[in-house]
Amino acid sequence: MITNFFEGIGAYAMLMSKVFRRPDRWIIFYRALLQEIRLLGLDSIGIVAILSVFMGAVVTIQTALNLSDPLIPAYYIAIATRESITLEFSPTVISLILAGKVGSNIASSLGTMRVSEQIDALEVMGVNSASFLILPKIVAQLLFNPILIILSIALGLWGGYMVGGALGLISFSDTLIGYRMEFMPFYTFYALIKTVAYAFIIGSISAYCGYTVKGGAVEVGVASTNAVVRSCLAIILANYVLTDLILNA
Amino acid sequence: MIQVKGIHKQFGDNQVLKGIDVDFIPGKTNLIIGRSGSGKTVFLKTILGLYDPDQGSIHYGDEILGQMTKERRKLLRQELGMVFQGGALFDSMSVAANIRFPLDMFSNMTEHQKDERVSFVMDRVRLQGSGDMFPAEISGGMQKRVSIARAISMNPKYLFCDEPNSGLDPETAIVIDQLIQELTHEFNMTTIVNTHDMNSVLEIGDHVVFMKDGYKVWEGTNNEVLGSTNADVEEYVFKSKLFKQVRAALRK
Ligand SMILES: Nc1ncnc2c1ncn2[C@@H]1O[C@H](COP(=O)(O)OP(=O)(O)O)[C@@H](O)[C@H]1O
Ligand SMILES: [Mg+2]
Repeated sequence: MITNFFEGIGAYAMLMSKVFRRPDRWIIFYRALLQEIRLLGLDSIGIVAILSVFMGAVVTIQTALNLSDPLIPAYYIAIATRESITLEFSPTVISLILAGKVGSNIASSLGTMRVSEQIDALEVMGVNSASFLILPKIVAQLLFNPILIILSIALGLWGGYMVGGALGLISFSDTLIGYRMEFMPFYTFYALIKTVAYAFIIGSISAYCGYTVKGGAVEVGVASTNAVVRSCLAIILANYVLTDLILNA
Repeated sequence: MIQVKGIHKQFGDNQVLKGIDVDFIPGKTNLIIGRSGSGKTVFLKTILGLYDPDQGSIHYGDEILGQMTKERRKLLRQELGMVFQGGALFDSMSVAANIRFPLDMFSNMTEHQKDERVSFVMDRVRLQGSGDMFPAEISGGMQKRVSIARAISMNPKYLFCDEPNSGLDPETAIVIDQLIQELTHEFNMTTIVNTHDMNSVLEIGDHVVFMKDGYKVWEGTNNEVLGSTNADVEEYVFKSKLFKQVRAALRK
């Protein structure tokens, strides 16, 4: 079990060293990149949007209930909501959701290519299949996930604003005051650092799980589940490490 | 010319290839026959360099595969075409895009030259008009043709086919076999075909290598197979009633 784990880490590192190579043809790389941005990024906007609005709403309600003290000014609810969404909910929760959606997609598409010998076909032609297939997927996420997370933060704040006001938990104007008060641009930057780290985790771990499948359709299914589980675990671990390193320093 | 000398390959404890020597005949269809599990696919993939042999060497002309530089190996790959057992077509790409793919990756042709080459190859395997279809939309026989077209699009010196007619009806199977034979002679390729099908052997086996349990047990031409007195060949070939009757008729 333990040796398996370290063998896995070694194989993962070897695969990554094959992935980060100069593409054979840039034009083909860019085309693949655009396609992956559409598939892994643009196609995730819907779910990210819905989740973020509701997340913002729930965080506002919870915070309002916990801070319902006449001595605390109402705009504190908005400040607390803003910090929770920016620091934790948008980057981490949304990335976990993306690990499920995008990670399983990457693992199953690469796994299918492996078991149907499409990867062998690339290798026979002399294509570095690891770089050709995986690099665009990782780069697409490194570029696009930050956009998704900024969108998520914006929609989360909007959801909190609308629901807080509509339910009479905090007035619209207090929310706006709170959202703007003591705003720390560094926190947004921190959210983006986490997002980029998670994007790499999702892309690389899922690709590893899919690319190394042996067997048939059943194994592709297993790989896809493994991709999600391992990406999520790695994200949670990275979250702890990054929070300690960056915010606690 | 391709020569393999003393090839051994094992996976874990499973010794799959146990010392095989073969000289493949240039410009001809070389057939490797054996029952499933006898190691044909592993053998072919080892010759191609997808697996490294544990022992032995693979010679392309006077070069040894295992000793080539990375750059040389990459160039050699452009002289090889491979038709995988399941076709291994890129299912996100149209038929024409599949055939064009190696040209896009490796050739210095202009777009116009690529268009011409693709349409020439498609004509040659009789796929005219199917360029815009996707692999999932075409029949098994057509998938094999696309796979063959993709394999020959770079005008390779060597063509490898892993059970090219498995999963096809007998009529289509013969058409595919004959297509491989024609292309081999027309483009003067050295072709190596894995099969378990005696029909293919008799139809196109310029040179036949018989494999069993990781060994080469017999070698000869298609005309010699039916007369072979090798016990393993006899056991394999004359398993079916049909071939037993053929043998009886031959001996009369
Ligand atoms: N990648 C692999 N890893 C481990 N064992 C393999 C691998 N490929 C093939 N084998 C084993 O090698 C043996 C021969 O397989 P194969 O070459 O596919 O036979 P054939 O093509 O003649 O049907 C089988 O026992 C198979 O389980
Ligand atoms: Mg096989």
